[in-house]
Amino acid sequence: MSAREEILGRIRTALKDNPEAPQIPRQYRQTSPLDESALIELLVDRLVDYKAQVSVVDAAGVPARIAELLAGAHSYVVPTGIDAGWLTGLDQGSGDSRRRLDSTAAPLSVAELDGIDAVVTGSAVAVAETGTIILDGSPNQGRRAISLVPDHHICVVKAADIAGILPEALRRIDGTRPLTMISGPSATSDIELERVEGVHGPRKLDVIIAR
Amino acid sequence: MSTFLGMPSLPVYGTGNLFASESFPTAAHRELGNAQLRANLGHATHTIRDKRLKMVAELPDWEQLRDAGSAIKESVMARLPELLEQFEENFTARGGVIHWARDADEANAIVAGLVRDTGETEVVKVKSMATQEIGLNEYLEEQGITAFETDLAELIVQLDHDKPSHILVPAIHKNRTEIRDIFLREMPGADPQLTDDPAVLAMAARAHLRRKFLSAKVAVSGANFALADSGTLAVVESEGNGRMCLTLPETLITVMGVEKLLPTWQDLEVFMQLLPRSSTGERMNPYTSLWTGVTEGDGPQNMHLVLLDNGRSAALADEMGRSALHCIRCSACMNVCPVYERTGGHAYGSTYPGPIGAILSPLMTGIQAEENNSLPYASSLCGACYDACPVKINIPDILVHLRSVDVDSKRGKKKLPSQMDAGMKAASWALSSGKRLGLIEKGLPLGRLVAGPDQKITKLPGIAAGWTQSRDIPAPPQESFRSWWAKEHRKPDTSSAPEPSHEKKDQP
Repeated sequence: MSAREEILGRIRTALKDNPEAPQIPRQYRQTSPLDESALIELLVDRLVDYKAQVSVVDAAGVPARIAELLAGAHSYVVPTGIDAGWLTGLDQGSGDSRRRLDSTAAPLSVAELDGIDAVVTGSAVAVAETGTIILDGSPNQGRRAISLVPDHHICVVKAADIAGILPEALRRIDGTRPLTMISGPSATSDIELERVEGVHGPRKLDVIIAR
Repeated sequence: MSTFLGMPSLPVYGTGNLFASESFPTAAHRELGNAQLRANLGHATHTIRDKRLKMVAELPDWEQLRDAGSAIKESVMARLPELLEQFEENFTARGGVIHWARDADEANAIVAGLVRDTGETEVVKVKSMATQEIGLNEYLEEQGITAFETDLAELIVQLDHDKPSHILVPAIHKNRTEIRDIFLREMPGADPQLTDDPAVLAMAARAHLRRKFLSAKVAVSGANFALADSGTLAVVESEGNGRMCLTLPETLITVMGVEKLLPTWQDLEVFMQLLPRSSTGERMNPYTSLWTGVTEGDGPQNMHLVLLDNGRSAALADEMGRSALHCIRCSACMNVCPVYERTGGHAYGSTYPGPIGAILSPLMTGIQAEENNSLPYASSLCGACYDACPVKINIPDILVHLRSVDVDSKRGKKKLPSQMDAGMKAASWALSSGKRLGLIEKGLPLGRLVAGPDQKITKLPGIAAGWTQSRDIPAPPQESFRSWWAKEHRKPDTSSAPEPSHEKKDQP
């Protein structure tokens, strides 16, 4: 008998008493009553609590803010599908020589990514209550590796993409995409349960919330 | 479990690191002698308890989430064969390969074979209870394959050639100075000026592992959740070591117990609210990765999943105990447990310590395996674990159930009745009638005699000596409540009844 058949057989035998699958009570909150400005305020509070740096700007102010945050970077990577308008603050004449493009069709190697200082991506949806940003690998967010290896992640969140609570956010995305949920910069509590920010993932997380 | 006698497949128990090799009281006694350990544990468990309470209090619907989580898991167990088949179909359709492992040995052999097929001799690992349970690292080492633990606490434990003592924070028994010393001793190229500041130690781990991450071709992980309706796997973590392992290598091998399934994507909204707040006391853990088979051009292109039984089907066969399989490995139960807080995780022997381990280990191995029958007694039954459990596993009830399984398993095996048997027989005789009890209580003054002038009994005879090993028993009262009551409530005769003499009663 194959292991598969045997294990399934054992499980069926274990369930000989035919336990009933209960109805799932879903009395927990499904929506949040907050309006856009309250959502932004809550998201900022939670991100700051987890030591992310946050700025809230008008959509038109995004390029300038990105340029400002990248001022000290020798190089940065962006996914090819990034909103072109976001990079206008960095383009003087023929474009920015510090910029590297990445896509699934033309991916940078891990070693190349390791030599790059920063990354700029968009995001799929954010959860205000938990300070979580979800990336789903869409063209404006790119491959998972680019938002992981460079040490500084600049992530743009559009106000319309902020959900109040987790159930609302998960309803907005396709669970079969490669997903990364990010809540602050990487951290550990492994030494005496004291939280330390910045381990293997990007040690610096900048979130730009675009109204 | 007697109903399964004669069935084609009896419960088949698990192997690997699930056993207490010495009885809990013996191990606990030794661990309690380590004052540093107790100090480290007390500090750590209290820190995390406070954080958890604060985060749980923030959610107005915490109890509703627990109700949903509990029901979802109950439904998973009831529908397990069907959900496993559904998951397999979806995972396979998305380019993943499923392997089934009956026990620890089979799982280890599968993983080693998969690594060998890649031609690599090194793997990076994301913290995983399942691979700890099957002893994968040790097995791979025998096969000439080096496994590098990348979670900070696992790294500390691995560098120190120690065993994890907590499922979430495996190095919870070490303080910062001890960790600094381990790094200085075992980490090649560690800065001799290394301080014991946690931030500095975390940076040392980053530097140590960075090159490994960037060059690794094969990773081994566990999984926190698997969604049957899509074939999606999830890993919940903090440091980014998980993302590194799940994203950069070419081959990913995940080892997961069969009970980890959730039926649908929607169910994730419940568990991703329950788990982070219960485990690290955070609103959300820094990173969660979800992947559904192979995504072209993004992440590992060879995706394997080893589905592990190793005694889970045996636990499932125990109708009273099967809800132990609802466990999502948050560790809230150990953080609130007065026993764990003092003995630490090593005293439980098994990979799974604390209250959940005290039920899960014997359920997976059978109560008679090695010293696992001592584990259900490693509890005062205070119920703090039940209150803290995000999926409402009634651990105290299952502990009591397993104690009875233990007693039943020994019944009729010994030629001579033990002191316990004799004591229980006597108690059963005495307690089954008020008259008999009254008769026995007449002997109370004898106890006062034994207690002597300081009115304390410091040593009981026989097995009862265990009780007086670390505490005294106060002398019994001069008379029993029963006889006092009878005296006070006698039909009034001629003279006036004396005032009840409360003040003369002895204090317990």
